[in-house]
Amino acid sequence: MEIKDIIKEENKVYSKPELLDNVHMHYCPGCSHGVVHKLIAEVVAEMGITDKTVGVSPVGCAVFAYNYIDVDWIEAAHGRAPAVATAVSRLWEENVVFTYQGDGDMAAIGTAETIHAANRGENIVMVFINNAIYGMTGGQMAPTTLVGQKTSTTPYGRRIDLNGHPLEITDILATLSGTCYVTRQSVHTPGAARKTKAALKKAFENAIAKRGTSVVEVVSTCNSGWKMSPVKANEWMVENMFDKYPLGDLKVE
Amino acid sequence: MAKVKGAVTVNIERCKGCDLCVAACPTATLSLQPNEVNDRGYHYAYMSNADACTGCCSCAWVCPDACIEVYRVKID
Ligand SMILES: Cc1ncc(C[n+]2csc(CCOP(=O)(O)OP(=O)(O)O)c2C)c(N)n1
Ligand code: SF4
Ligand code: SF4
Ligand SMILES: [Mg+2]
Repeated sequence: MEIKDIIKEENKVYSKPELLDNVHMHYCPGCSHGVVHKLIAEVVAEMGITDKTVGVSPVGCAVFAYNYIDVDWIEAAHGRAPAVATAVSRLWEENVVFTYQGDGDMAAIGTAETIHAANRGENIVMVFINNAIYGMTGGQMAPTTLVGQKTSTTPYGRRIDLNGHPLEITDILATLSGTCYVTRQSVHTPGAARKTKAALKKAFENAIAKRGTSVVEVVSTCNSGWKMSPVKANEWMVENMFDKYPLGDLKVE
Repeated sequence: MAKVKGAVTVNIERCKGCDLCVAACPTATLSLQPNEVNDRGYHYAYMSNADACTGCCSCAWVCPDACIEVYRVKID
């Protein structure tokens, strides 16, 4: 059988999601942000909630997420996405609201907004891209940077005595009464990406049913910040990140 | 037993040559172009061993830029 006989519309089993715009995404080659964008675009379309979904994009590499996924968006000031999402979901209750934030945005400058939105049990989805670094600004140490991990501000590796411990923000959020679903996933293999998609769907269902705050952490790579090839970054993540940030559900209510 | 045969298309201009699809493919169907580049200068992915493709979609799932579309047929 020739390739041209296989490549026919009726044989198609995987397409680019329609909600992913036909524009070039500025992310570095192999960046996890792109995979997560794709999964969100798929989930929103499959759930039939395109017209009522509102995203709140961060300051960080994902600042331009509003150019890539064709739903409504607001771009929040650094770290304030959960506060902005609170306003949107309270003022337009029929909408389905999600935040999309990196570790610097969500767990450093925005720690207060993150914790209090989750503690209030806002009916939102928080998507948390934990790549253990400030990708956008040149690879500085983030709260989630691992002990010993080299970054541009910890060139000899993160030291507990000097830099403190990695912050397990997702574990903290799981202890709060306002969260109904807290999970930690990844997108480095087809199987892992499928699980993340299922987790996102569950989180969006919770927001629609107004069950409280859902948190989907995606342990991610920043191959540029980590100074590795994308394939090597995935390997490094498996070897080093999953020990500190183990995958799986932290809370399901 | 019915056998399956697959094929993929790569959106050449969207592809950034990250190599993640090549690493994810269980049948070693894909490679990055050794010489050719797209308009942005990336060595884009292509089926260097098209006969091996089973249409499993592994490559497409991990592609950060949604460049890959997958087709599959059953052969009796
Ligand atoms: C008020 C303010 N402080 C600092 C910055 C600089 N800044 C931009 S992005 C960023 C952190 C990005 O890291 P993260 O949230 O982990 O996102 P990533 O790029 O890794 O996805 C910082 C500190 C800023 N833009 N505004
Ligand atoms: S700097 Fe890191 S997080 Fe930002 S686009 Fe590049 S790989 Fe992704
Ligand atoms: S569909 Fe599966 S077999 Fe075919 S190229 Fe992609 S990963 Fe390889
Ligand atoms: Mg980060």
